[in-house]
Amino acid sequence: MKLTTTKRLERLNERYANGDISRRSFLTLTAAAAAATGLSMPWMGRALAAVSEVRFDGWGGVVQEAIDKYAFQPYTAKSKVKVVQGTFGDENEIITKIKTSKPGDFQIVHSSGVNYYIKYVNGGFNSEINEANIPNMANVLTAMIEPFRKITPKLSAVPYDYGTTGIAYNNKVISPEEAKEKGANLLTDTKYAGKIGGYADMTTRVWYAALQTKQDPNNIQDMDAVWAKVRETRDLAKKFWSSGAELMDLLSRNEIVVTDAWSGRVAALQQQGQPIGYLDPAGSYAWMEDMLVLKGSPMAECEELINFMLDPATSIAVAEGQNYPPSLDPTKVKLTDKIAALPAFDPTGSMKSLTFADPLYWAKNEDAWTKQWDRVSKGA
Amino acid sequence: MTKGWKLYDQRLAWVLVAPVLLLLTLLLLLPIAMMTVYTFFTFVTAGVESAVLTFDNWKEFLTDSYYHGFLWKTVRVGAITAVICAILGYFPAYFIWATTFRHKWLLLLLLIVPFWISFTIRTFSWIHILGEQGLINVVLIRLGVINEPLPMLYTEGAVIMGLLHFLLPYMILNVYVSLESIDRTLIAAARSMGCTSAQAFREVTLPLSMPGLGAGLLLCFVLAAGSYVTPQLLGGSRDALFGNLIYDTIMGQLNWPMGATLSIVLFVLLGAAAAAYSRYMGLSQIMKGLSA
Repeated sequence: MKLTTTKRLERLNERYANGDISRRSFLTLTAAAAAATGLSMPWMGRALAAVSEVRFDGWGGVVQEAIDKYAFQPYTAKSKVKVVQGTFGDENEIITKIKTSKPGDFQIVHSSGVNYYIKYVNGGFNSEINEANIPNMANVLTAMIEPFRKITPKLSAVPYDYGTTGIAYNNKVISPEEAKEKGANLLTDTKYAGKIGGYADMTTRVWYAALQTKQDPNNIQDMDAVWAKVRETRDLAKKFWSSGAELMDLLSRNEIVVTDAWSGRVAALQQQGQPIGYLDPAGSYAWMEDMLVLKGSPMAECEELINFMLDPATSIAVAEGQNYPPSLDPTKVKLTDKIAALPAFDPTGSMKSLTFADPLYWAKNEDAWTKQWDRVSKGA
Repeated sequence: MTKGWKLYDQRLAWVLVAPVLLLLTLLLLLPIAMMTVYTFFTFVTAGVESAVLTFDNWKEFLTDSYYHGFLWKTVRVGAITAVICAILGYFPAYFIWATTFRHKWLLLLLLIVPFWISFTIRTFSWIHILGEQGLINVVLIRLGVINEPLPMLYTEGAVIMGLLHFLLPYMILNVYVSLESIDRTLIAAARSMGCTSAQAFREVTLPLSMPGLGAGLLLCFVLAAGSYVTPQLLGGSRDALFGNLIYDTIMGQLNWPMGATLSIVLFVLLGAAAAAYSRYMGLSQIMKGLSA
């Protein structure tokens, strides 16, 4: 993105006024900017204008379509900065790509919250955002920001939306009453053997197995019982899906009649008229997603884009499009009725009604459990 | 012929071959060497490894029956696929070779038509054929042959079907090229010596086409055993092959040292199959088939 000199100096002044930089640094940078402007040659402008696009990688499907339509396209129209987009089905996939590329090749990732944030930090891929450049962060729920700040006081990501992985069921086969009564145990109900699905993801599988064995997913005492339940679901399942598109395909083609599912994708199916019900059982797996800026990215441009995305009008339009509630604090920003009706929406803004994964507990067990899950999923 | 004349100048040959050798070194040998070194690295946590050298990854592979089971399964699925390809592919190849149809090129063109469509899309198409709401089940239910849909998708059979779909043209082309190189007068001679058609086929055509059949078997086996997308899309959770294990270890567990170890194992296995074939049949036949 091309930032004008005036804009750069305004930001510098703002940082100085906010106390982010010292007086000496402010004067040094201002002098350097003045010298650069005075000494600049015609070709320098073209060189400085080279950052004309920002790279974004997300989950694809209806979610990314909404972000593109309501955030990226208006942003490009306004700023002339193109947002080049990529997609992934599993976030570990993009981490592998980031690891094998040079800093700056990948810039903003629509990441799966704190659990993955730790992986980026461990890998040294995180950046440091200047929050002063994202004034719309003032509207973001504190309860969503704090877990990130516990890991890195200087943030590399800004929470953007949240949702749950609850139970989706074909309501022509399973009644809402039956779903409510059985809850998480629907995934091990032999009555639906061969018609059960599930997300091919360790966290989701272990989380639901913990619920089925009446354990706290953030403090599991009996892992053997959990793996036994995971195997039980595996043996009854027709297919563990690995992307939102595959989930929607399996449900809409009646290949499966019950599965754990992402709330937003189920809402999209319901809006298409599919006979799909959705239930968040007690302790349902809640998660948040964030816009993560990677090391080596053009920070000013990324911050400006994220600020645009967090603008209430943009954020609300995206939330309605992707069917996930935004990270905006409903006590500060008036949200729409459609958002209030979305699954997982917390009108209080405290997020206390949702159960998120304890990032430190899960990070401690992640490697061993992922390895074991890979084995169990393949029949071990 | 002039005494001491050579078909090519040795120095010129090296100059001409050098770019390819350089590319092979940079794009094949060096990555394999780096992967081999990686097998001795220590896994720290997801996405992080250290250069502290260890045999732990090899020890885990050699002592863990989980990996051995999948290696055996991969060999089995690869072998079954290759044999079925041979059985199904020989006759179309024979027909194309033997036909007097004026536009034989059209038949060969039909063989490569599937390659015009993305491999992934072709594999996905099987979901709509084998699924519960797929073509086969819908037709059978409407005809009253079955009451409940047959469970065909997400099975090992579906994986083998997908692999056959992908690999059959390779087999047919290899066999066809081999048949094309047969001197037809040999068959005529066999017939004139009193052989029946079947005897001529058994005694002359089949033995002379064996190099092509062998090359097709090797290609189909190697490609099937190294496949990853087909089991991922058409198989259930238990129908993974060794390639899927590698993918999960590298992309899911973010454990590169172990993933590198498994990759080298598969490379050695498939390399051994190719070496065995080369020892007994010669690899040149494969090149003929691929360039057909």
